[in-house]
Amino acid sequence: MPVDVVHGVPVWRKRNRRQTLLTYLGYLIAAVTVLVAFRFISGQTLWFFVLDAPEQVADLIGRMFPPRWSYTQRLWGALWDTINIATLGTLIAIVISVPVAFLAARNTTPHRVLRQVAMLIIVSSRSVNSLIWALLLVSVIGPGLLAGVIAIALRSVGFCSKLLFEAIEEVNPRPLEALASAGASGGQIVTYGITPQVLPAFAGIVLFRWDINIRSSTVIGLVGGGGIGVQLNASINALQWSQVSVIFAMIIFLVVVAEWVSAKVRGAIQ
Amino acid sequence: MALIGPSGAGKSTLIRCVNRLVEPTQGTVRLAGVEITRLSKRRLRSARRSIGMIFQEFALVDRLSVMENVLSGQLGYVGFWASWLRRFPAPVVNRAFELLERVGIADQIDKRADQLSGGQRQRVGIARALLQNPKILLVDEPTASLDPKTSRQVMRLLVELADEHGLAAIINIHDVALAKQFVERIVGLRDGAVVFDGSPDELDQVVLTEIYGEEDWSLPKGRGTGQESDQEEGDPVPVGAGESPPSSGRALVVEVS
Repeated sequence: MPVDVVHGVPVWRKRNRRQTLLTYLGYLIAAVTVLVAFRFISGQTLWFFVLDAPEQVADLIGRMFPPRWSYTQRLWGALWDTINIATLGTLIAIVISVPVAFLAARNTTPHRVLRQVAMLIIVSSRSVNSLIWALLLVSVIGPGLLAGVIAIALRSVGFCSKLLFEAIEEVNPRPLEALASAGASGGQIVTYGITPQVLPAFAGIVLFRWDINIRSSTVIGLVGGGGIGVQLNASINALQWSQVSVIFAMIIFLVVVAEWVSAKVRGAIQ
Repeated sequence: MALIGPSGAGKSTLIRCVNRLVEPTQGTVRLAGVEITRLSKRRLRSARRSIGMIFQEFALVDRLSVMENVLSGQLGYVGFWASWLRRFPAPVVNRAFELLERVGIADQIDKRADQLSGGQRQRVGIARALLQNPKILLVDEPTASLDPKTSRQVMRLLVELADEHGLAAIINIHDVALAKQFVERIVGLRDGAVVFDGSPDELDQVVLTEIYGEEDWSLPKGRGTGQESDQEEGDPVPVGAGESPPSSGRALVVEVS
């Protein structure tokens, strides 16, 4: 909008003079902040340990190799547990998040108050990491698979509900109007108009979350939630680094497979 | 009856007020003696069953099959669980087959709605509206998303079907030539007010200027008024403007005030 006149010729500029100065001021403030912050962090850091890091890493890797591949035999059970924690947790999350999402979506919520309740559920579920859910649950219901499954489910409810309710709000309203104009009830509009429209998004969300859950359930054992993390924790505590490397390899293998499966299936859904 | 007027004149709003997809802020809508504007939610739902509506963008549920889309016209008559399980009464299903046959897409029944062409999709929309057993049809820009040829075919089909079923139809339409070609009564709307109400023949350049504003309305030579090109295709206008407009057999008793 600002047009300067330079030597009698109008020149279009994106910003006027004031906006340009403000922009540069912004850059200056950002640069100063970075410098100040660096000094502060540097003051709190024991540089002796940091400079030592490459040696430490080399040492750790040295201890990890060669991996003790025979240990794999004893990991299959834990790996299976990990997959089950992720899958069961996701299934429970689906059962809870579908109604929550319909309560939370502006176009399907029966009442404003119910929408707020649903939003509260979503926010509280999302703001707590599944590792922390697991910590809480282990102290409440004791260590084991169940705590892991519930921790995964609780964290996933928020994620699935949020993405699903956004999908519900984005459906094309025209077909819904058409159904309403034929005299369809609210429930019929949901089953005939909304469900078919959000089904692909829903399947994608669930698979994506399952894939994330596979990754989280590998660490949930660190706090006693069951699965391969339990072995990881035990091996680290026993300083068995050649076992730790085997576990890492298996986790990477599992995650890659899960991602591949989820990508393939999501690609197949249209 | 065709409703014409510039964008923003209130054509869509007016048509949507009839079945209260848009709630009128004031005034009343009466359909065959029933005051639609006074009905409770529940009563409105059953009143809507007798008002068929056809939309500009077809408003089909893309991921449902053609048959499911047509059957959804019956949702107002069928309970929730029956509709969820797709258990529609046999006579209804037979009627749906007949209608699909009539609109000429009987071979597309099992396709998904989004696999059809624009003209075919609008035919599904028409079949859906007719499956409601409506007393009146509200048609909102039926041809705005279609090419000229398909537009004519769809308009012709609409007018024929309205005649066959003795239905009154209010058709919102941008294309004045198309309106003049197919309907027997035209109402012109400008800024929410009726500025013209008469037969297609009475709709001349003066009236068009009154509805749409100043513009050169004459058509290039050899193009005529749309009636000529129609005769070239060799299809007579199904509802002649000369035949008793608002014919007595129709239940067109919509009063909007």
